Amino acid sequence: MSKKFTKDHEWISLEGDVATVGITDYAQAQLGDVVFVEVPEAGRQVAKGDDAAVVESVKAASEVYAPVSGEVVEGNDALEGNPALVNEDADDSGWFFKMKLADQGELDGLMDEAAYTAYVKELD
Amino acid sequence: MNAPTDILKKTPLHALHVKLGAKMVPFAGYDMPVQYPLGVMKEHVQTRDKAGLFDVSHMGQAKLSAHQGDAAVLFEELVPGGITTLQEGRMRYTQLTNEQGGILDDLMATRFGDTLWLVVNAACKDADFAHIAAKLDGRATLEIQQRALLALQGPLAEAVLAALMPVCRDLVFMQSVWTQFDGADVLISRCGYTGEDGYEISIAEDKAVALAEALLAHDDVEAIGLGARDSLRLEAGLCLYGHDIDADTTSAEADLMWSVPKRRRAAADFPGADVVNAQLADGMAKQRVGIVPEGRAPAREGTEIQSATGAPLGTVTSGGFGPTLGGPLAMGYVPPAYAAAGTEIQLIVRGKAMPARIAAIPFVPQNYKKG
Repeated sequence: MSKKFTKDHEWISLEGDVATVGITDYAQAQLGDVVFVEVPEAGRQVAKGDDAAVVESVKAASEVYAPVSGEVVEGNDALEGNPALVNEDADDSGWFFKMKLADQGELDGLMDEAAYTAYVKELD
Repeated sequence: MNAPTDILKKTPLHALHVKLGAKMVPFAGYDMPVQYPLGVMKEHVQTRDKAGLFDVSHMGQAKLSAHQGDAAVLFEELVPGGITTLQEGRMRYTQLTNEQGGILDDLMATRFGDTLWLVVNAACKDADFAHIAAKLDGRATLEIQQRALLALQGPLAEAVLAALMPVCRDLVFMQSVWTQFDGADVLISRCGYTGEDGYEISIAEDKAVALAEALLAHDDVEAIGLGARDSLRLEAGLCLYGHDIDADTTSAEADLMWSVPKRRRAAADFPGADVVNAQLADGMAKQRVGIVPEGRAPAREGTEIQSATGAPLGTVTSGGFGPTLGGPLAMGYVPPAYAAAGTEIQLIVRGKAMPARIAAIPFVPQNYKKG
């Protein structure tokens, strides 16, 4: 399926029953150079809107929220050794975690790419 | 505290920052560049490797003159530093202190004849100037200067600035001289807030853009924002007022006694001298230290510091990531028994205890041009 987006600048992409979550290119540009990422461990239950991961730039720490509810099945270990991957490839290899969704219907409440692009345009 | 952007003050370089693509943020009542398109990391490295240009026009500048005699004599009533012993054109770092020895602000004072040129922090400048004027009322005149202030910092700063103001080569660290740029009087001082060699340049507001553009035209110079200014000063172990030092912290607790000569301690003739001397004689409850976390996670301001066995010790006052150090670093306060470099401690980050060690500061070697 195509990506869905939150107002907090996370993206989520569902394949089968597992979804991949990351932050948007807009978010990484706003954060600046990422120096540390903490991703959730497999098995952790998260509810929609919960703090799920941490991303830190030189200046500040930011939370990454769970876009929907479910169970984390994998964190992106590559970010531990190379947090700059978030800056280089936020949309793809800089993903944060994968999760099994509790209710795929929650995705309907998120923005599609066109809506997110319009949302970001309003912020600038 | 962030004021709405429409009432923020602007420095003379504001339009230039916007033109250069800076991300602007509220800071001390001004709309200031936190970073340019280069980004904090590269701006930091640029300053360590070549030269970076900072707009610090938000800082306060003032000239202090005594009605009779030497302004330095009067100013020593307000600060613990050695001011009367300053040679012509030499500057010192010192602190304005209250009767409890608490630091009201930290500042630079430069001697020209019987007058002093003061540079104070932006967030404190109104209070500082009111404090100085009130304490020296009837005995001195404080002329607040509406001037821009640029900082050119980094190992290539001398070569770059010398093309415009050759006299800069003659200065050593903590020395100042008046010179000319584009027909205007300019005060250049070999000092800064990065741990690197470099200059601060005080110039008339209407000449500031021309000077900034002349410096930025050089291949080795980039504009640097407040983000890198903070990571540079943290690596250099320099205090940020309102964070690492404040009115509840003394010069002794802040490990700034190198800026207080024996003469001042012996005479005990500065505000709070009795408190500071008692702390030096009897010990103090807390002391500023450097901290290096063992993992990769930065510990930010406000992070709790515990002993290796979990006893509460104090709080991180500045913390982040050091691009030159290549990892996280912090400053904070712990009891002197835990202040020795190498002492194992732990930091409570997001509820988890992370191992860390007390570290000597500066975290990276300072690169000043000493005389």
